[in-house]
Amino acid sequence: MSNFVVRRLLSVIPIALIVLVTVFLLLHIGPGDPAALIAGENATPAQIDQIRERLFLDRPLLEQLFLYLSHVVQLDLGQSVYSGLPVLSLIAQRIEPTAVLAVSTLILSVLIAVPMGVWAAWRAGSTIDTALIVASVLGFSVPVFVIGYVLVDIFALRAGWLPVQGYKPLSSGLWNCLRSIILPSVTLSFLFSALVARITRATMIEVLAEDYIRTARAKGAGNRRILVVHALKNIGVPVVTVVGTSFAALLGGVVITESVFNIPGMGRLTVDAILTRDYPVVQGVLIVFSFVLITVNLLVDLSYALFDPRVRQ
Amino acid sequence: MTMSPSKTFAAMRSARPGLAVSLSLLALTVVILMAIFGPLVLGSGNGLNPLMRLKPPSALAWFGTDNLGRDVFVRTISGARNSVMVGLSTAVVVLLIGGTLGVLAGYFKWVDRIVMRFADGLMAIPGILLAIALVSVLGGGLITIIIAISVPEIPRTARLMRSVVLSIRELPFITAAVSVGSSTPKILLRHVVPNAIGMLSVQATYVCAAAILSEAALSFLGVGTPPDVPSWGNVIASGKEYFRLAPWIIAFPGVILSIMVLSINIIGDRLRDRFDPRLAARKAS
Repeated sequence: MSNFVVRRLLSVIPIALIVLVTVFLLLHIGPGDPAALIAGENATPAQIDQIRERLFLDRPLLEQLFLYLSHVVQLDLGQSVYSGLPVLSLIAQRIEPTAVLAVSTLILSVLIAVPMGVWAAWRAGSTIDTALIVASVLGFSVPVFVIGYVLVDIFALRAGWLPVQGYKPLSSGLWNCLRSIILPSVTLSFLFSALVARITRATMIEVLAEDYIRTARAKGAGNRRILVVHALKNIGVPVVTVVGTSFAALLGGVVITESVFNIPGMGRLTVDAILTRDYPVVQGVLIVFSFVLITVNLLVDLSYALFDPRVRQ
Repeated sequence: MTMSPSKTFAAMRSARPGLAVSLSLLALTVVILMAIFGPLVLGSGNGLNPLMRLKPPSALAWFGTDNLGRDVFVRTISGARNSVMVGLSTAVVVLLIGGTLGVLAGYFKWVDRIVMRFADGLMAIPGILLAIALVSVLGGGLITIIIAISVPEIPRTARLMRSVVLSIRELPFITAAVSVGSSTPKILLRHVVPNAIGMLSVQATYVCAAAILSEAALSFLGVGTPPDVPSWGNVIASGKEYFRLAPWIIAFPGVILSIMVLSINIIGDRLRDRFDPRLAARKAS
């Protein structure tokens, strides 16, 4: 068990390194001078020189990379070219809405998708099953922003039950915050629960065909006992895996959803930073999002030990 | 992506065999014809008409007009061309690069170690964010968009092809080819690749659908195709500020975009049912 954990922890290092090098190289793959790219079209040569010096762009590439990595390791993601503030504190200001949206979507999706997937598999071939399959293909074919606008039109503009756009922070009260996040997280749940429901259904169909389910039935176990005691235990690993692998899609969806609902989170920060060519912020956000993703996948792998005793040995 | 389940749409097909697939093929054909001939007949739809601003759908403008008085129907039709082009080009680029890397990684252990490490690293960056960053560095334009959308998809395809090739190389006919002295390039091109083509075509449909969605997302966020090059994404984006007043700017291209992606996914699922070796094994047993 400890061997497995240590090996998995160590495997994070090369992945993190590749992420950092890729993010570092982003600035250098474009055509032309990175300093001029950051300074924008109307900058004077003096301003460009200043940026070049501040971001160490006048040093050799390897030295730049080394400086960049050593700063990141010390949790220094640089300063915003636009506002001059440290990138990390800009991100810290914007992290709450993004985290609330991601977590509420995750909870909502799993609560909807896992029971739906199990139910559809239990009644494989029935109308319920067909409905779930159609709904899940729709879920990842209809763009997040189209779903978002449809929901806003129905529940905010016509019915007036929920706010149209904007975000109320947790400090304004839990209910206010939840009210502002309901539509965005329902929107994003369409995509995410489609993915989770598909995998849950497929796995459950496989599990229900296993010999031990037949044995349980032969022993006279009731439907409920077969489902809860024998089958559900074994869909843990695949369901947790799909939550992990599709977390990247969730984070991407968060960026778009924030734009639809005017939520001042990290997604908006990224888009604004790109429109103002604030590359240190863009790089910082990429690093933070990637590290969240790496951590989630690490936790997913470690949780196998919890669900599957074979991994522990 | 390997997360698609077994027997997707099996239930639907058993009720009405082939209906979903036939409808999808029909929708795809209509959109592709629209993409080819639409702009020739209707023009690009960039003509401004201040008197016709934000008009609802009517006989004059079937899908209504946008904030600059442009006809949303004409722009949706000419947007089809760019969206379809981005989807198809991305699929080709991703399959060529990702497919080749995957085949090599599946066959040669030393390539595997390098390629998969990089794949793991690239896949740790959320795809749409990586694409946004690439567009911002490389500058706008269709080619840039295609590159930016392809980069995050390449490791996924490489990974899938690797796993397909890993299972193919264990099959008896590969051992036979090796033992009669066939050269490695010959084994790869004559025996491995042809057997991987099926799964590659399945992956092509998913990449194409994902690329069309990504292009729309990028344009929606304001970092996609330039505003004078209509695509479904930036037609929808142009309705963002006006969606309370003029929901039709988002609704019509949104529906057509969704139908297109849905059709490609349904066809992909059908191809998958046919080509997935795991499914074939299960059916045989």
